[in-house]
Amino acid sequence: MNAALFPFAIFFAAIFTNNILLTNYLGMCSFLAISKEIKTSVGLGIAVTFVMACTSLLNWLVYHYILIPLGLDYLRFIVFIIVIAAFVQLVEMIIERVSETLYAALGIYLPLITVNCAILGAVLFMVIREYSMLTGFMYGLGSGIGWFLAILAMSGIRQKLKNARIPRGLEGAGIALIITGMMALAFIGFTGMIKVS
Amino acid sequence: MPISALLIAVGSISILSSFLALLMVIADATIANYGDVTIRINESEEHKHVVRGGRPLLSTLMAEQIFIPSACGGRGSCGLCKVEIPQGAGQYLPTELPWISEEERAQNVRLSCQLKVKADMELRIPEELFSVKEYRGKVTRIRDLTHDIKELTIDLIEPAEIDLKAGKFVQLQVPEYELTDEPVYRAYSVSSVPSQQNQIELEVRLVPNGICTTYVFNYLKEGDDIIFNGPYGDFHLRETERDVVCIAGGSGMAPIKAILLDMLEKGVNRKTRYFFGAVTKKDLFLIDEMKALEGKLPDFKFVPALSAPEENDKWEGEVGLITEVLDRHTPNGENLEAYLCGSPGMIDACIKVLTDKGVPEELIYYDKFA
Repeated sequence: MNAALFPFAIFFAAIFTNNILLTNYLGMCSFLAISKEIKTSVGLGIAVTFVMACTSLLNWLVYHYILIPLGLDYLRFIVFIIVIAAFVQLVEMIIERVSETLYAALGIYLPLITVNCAILGAVLFMVIREYSMLTGFMYGLGSGIGWFLAILAMSGIRQKLKNARIPRGLEGAGIALIITGMMALAFIGFTGMIKVS
Repeated sequence: MPISALLIAVGSISILSSFLALLMVIADATIANYGDVTIRINESEEHKHVVRGGRPLLSTLMAEQIFIPSACGGRGSCGLCKVEIPQGAGQYLPTELPWISEEERAQNVRLSCQLKVKADMELRIPEELFSVKEYRGKVTRIRDLTHDIKELTIDLIEPAEIDLKAGKFVQLQVPEYELTDEPVYRAYSVSSVPSQQNQIELEVRLVPNGICTTYVFNYLKEGDDIIFNGPYGDFHLRETERDVVCIAGGSGMAPIKAILLDMLEKGVNRKTRYFFGAVTKKDLFLIDEMKALEGKLPDFKFVPALSAPEENDKWEGEVGLITEVLDRHTPNGENLEAYLCGSPGMIDACIKVLTDKGVPEELIYYDKFA
């Protein structure tokens, strides 16, 4: 593949063939908890996309300019976690201060994703697969959009489920997990179109 | 591992963490610093509070000793802590919207646990909330009223006296224990007479797996300290000349009992009927006490009714749903005023019977135990 196009290929791969939620099953708890309404899932989806894109970039810089030169890449878990947590909290504070509308639409979801495993997962995949800075950023952005796509589809389906007759024992998380599984199967159809590494 | 590697690892993590911590401290002091803001309540200069901005309204008010009723303790899951904020509240948050109706939106009703205090604020709360306080007491007696209802007697320690009206409720604090990792509050009506100011009684009905009832039934012991706040509610006897009909089921007995005992003390001589509904005889309680009131109040009748008495209950009293019994005993409702307390289903059914009998709907007062 043309090296210049690689970051864009990764971007699409992260959305479709390697969707972080549907192929890696990461970020499930907020996915299940917040997917009941389309409106709230959009808010959370945008928040996740924004945070994933920014923290991928931030952690790429920390990893390549601090951890690698000092030979401390084995500390990446702990470092990535604190960088993500601090970033999310800082962003929440700023949004709350500057824009009430943005805070109502987005800010209140930020604390929910401080410790979202999809975000840490995206960052870890990025360094394990040795992506360049641009590719890493595109991968983070794509993973966020992929997660957004999955929760949006889920909330649309759950909206319809409100009028469906669901066996009692499957109500709530039960049926949601089955649907997630089916969506994951559907996404397997994209496998092989693009390779992530 | 060489010492230098250890030093580099510990050193870099420390420097990075310290840098981020410093960043957060600076952000907290600048970005998240909303300075002092003024909250004015009910347009009164007397209720003007200068507080530090940035925290949720509910806890900010609590720190100022103003208690807004809340059952979930500020997590946004009960929808009780509503206040009217004509000015200074900003936009509605998605976490408030599930609890706010269209009409409430037009009146700027907000959920005080979700809303943060960021600017000067005008707010309106019922005057009675100013007299709400937090009380510490000691549980002096736990008594079984039925197989699933217990009566708690609490002696007040600090403040030593409570000033309430018959029919009001308080919120009991359940401390952290197996079922909850933070203190939660649950509402219970006071069943003792208000003149007894240094002690209150509550009736707690077991709800399977309920956080508070499980605590009261399985953990709380006589001699334990307990915290509650109150009084709340507007369920109390109106001062009119109309005849009174009281209807209760289960632990709905509590506020009605307080109202009747209060009537006795104050020498109210209105014609009063009290219908109490239960399923079988083992669900009945305080029957002798209520019957005894018939001889003390000038015109009072107590009508307990069982909806499904068992054979060995040997029940000779009224049988049927409380609505049927009410229907049989109430000829004309035009001069009536009604006080209902119990499950939402029972209350809705009784309101229908009463309005059919001609009781004006605005004179039917109720306290739903949901």
